[in-house]
Amino acid sequence: MRGLLIDFDPQARYRLDGRVALRPEPFGALAYHYGDRRLTFLRSALLAEVVRDLGSHPSVDAALEAVVPEAQRPAYRHALEALARSGLIREC
Amino acid sequence: MSADAHPRLADQLKGGLGAPICLTWELTYGCNLSCIHCLSSSGRRDPRELSTAEAMAVFDELHDLQVFYVNIGGGEPTIRADFYELVDYSVSRGVGVKFSTNGTTISPERARRLAGSDHVDVQVSLDGADAATNDAVRGAGSYAAARRAMDHLAAAGFGAFKISVVFTRANAGQLDELEALAAGYGAELRLTRLRPSGRGARSWAALHPTRDQQIALYHWLRDRPAVLTGDSFFHLSALGESLPGLNLCGAGRVVCLVDPVGDVYACPFVVHPRFRAGSVRDPGGFTRIWRRSGLFVELRQPSSAGACAVCGSYDACQGGCMAAKFFTGLPLDGPDPECVEGHGEAMLASLPAGPVPSPGAGHSAPVSFGGRRR
Repeated sequence: MRGLLIDFDPQARYRLDGRVALRPEPFGALAYHYGDRRLTFLRSALLAEVVRDLGSHPSVDAALEAVVPEAQRPAYRHALEALARSGLIREC
Repeated sequence: MSADAHPRLADQLKGGLGAPICLTWELTYGCNLSCIHCLSSSGRRDPRELSTAEAMAVFDELHDLQVFYVNIGGGEPTIRADFYELVDYSVSRGVGVKFSTNGTTISPERARRLAGSDHVDVQVSLDGADAATNDAVRGAGSYAAARRAMDHLAAAGFGAFKISVVFTRANAGQLDELEALAAGYGAELRLTRLRPSGRGARSWAALHPTRDQQIALYHWLRDRPAVLTGDSFFHLSALGESLPGLNLCGAGRVVCLVDPVGDVYACPFVVHPRFRAGSVRDPGGFTRIWRRSGLFVELRQPSSAGACAVCGSYDACQGGCMAAKFFTGLPLDGPDPECVEGHGEAMLASLPAGPVPSPGAGHSAPVSFGGRRR
């Protein structure tokens, strides 16, 4: 139950797990985790961009502020929390 | 696969992807077994099999397309002398491998080497919880061979390998035993649907599950989301809530098959000229076929619900499996032969007598003296 042990902190720096590959697709991107062989659908091109560039921002919130319109940030923060719980992105 | 498919995503997937999610590659038609439901009618090797160099060139293409992993099968893929060389090459190109085997060649030493390799997953085929049930389908001794392979993998510390079971009328009552068997090995159970493809065309009528067995399976799977199905049973979603998965026919959209001689088909269950999209040996290779073949472009068009349009369950079941319809002689826009509403059986009963598309004998080994005539 890995998910229960993870506190998601949008003030912290996160990055894509090193075992995850991203593939651009018409709907956004596919993410594949080579460790647990799980496939995840990133359902917008903007979310895919945020996930890809996450590690180059000092925090999740900073990454969202850089490219996501303010009104959509809560939804994106929620999506990133889910990705953190599934191990696709991790704190660094 | 984990996916919360709301309609928009499903619709987008129907339009196709930049590369397949689920690519099956059958490396050889050669097999030491002759299972009566073999999808690829395997037995004899084909002299035109892709060479090591040709296969490596396909792996290079899959790397460039960012295909995450391939499902390697056969035939029995491990009988190729270059099998592990190809697996290592694939992994070196960033393309993970899951291969299916009947287990015969998985020695203790081989199991130890597999346990030490990252990005390689093993799936052992077993079609019954006991030798009598399994061997009736897969041949004498095949149960013992599969169990030996499982013993070796577990002893080597491989971790969660997969036990892959084709759900049939004969093993439908053994799901709990199969689940316990997998749990005992620390393995994952995978159940897939029997198709009337390959030699399955001849055995399907006797082996395919009854309606009551299908309903029991649906509830059993609903209670066990961790059991893998490869999205095999989406036609059962007409019974209520969807089963986990994409719930659509992925043929040519998210799925395809490369056969041992390099021919590309829309899915592993439609090895027939009607669904052949091209050959990896053609100019432009696999990439051009995936992106441009007339067949795949056709399969990505919105499909008509046809005879199913009047049924309230069409949105749930999507008309079922294209291969199951094709090889039972049903129209592709008609009901699945195992439609849980009974529409498939009714239409089958009303079809005029006539030829049904035949998968042919394929690479089945010659029938031995005293064997059944084809």
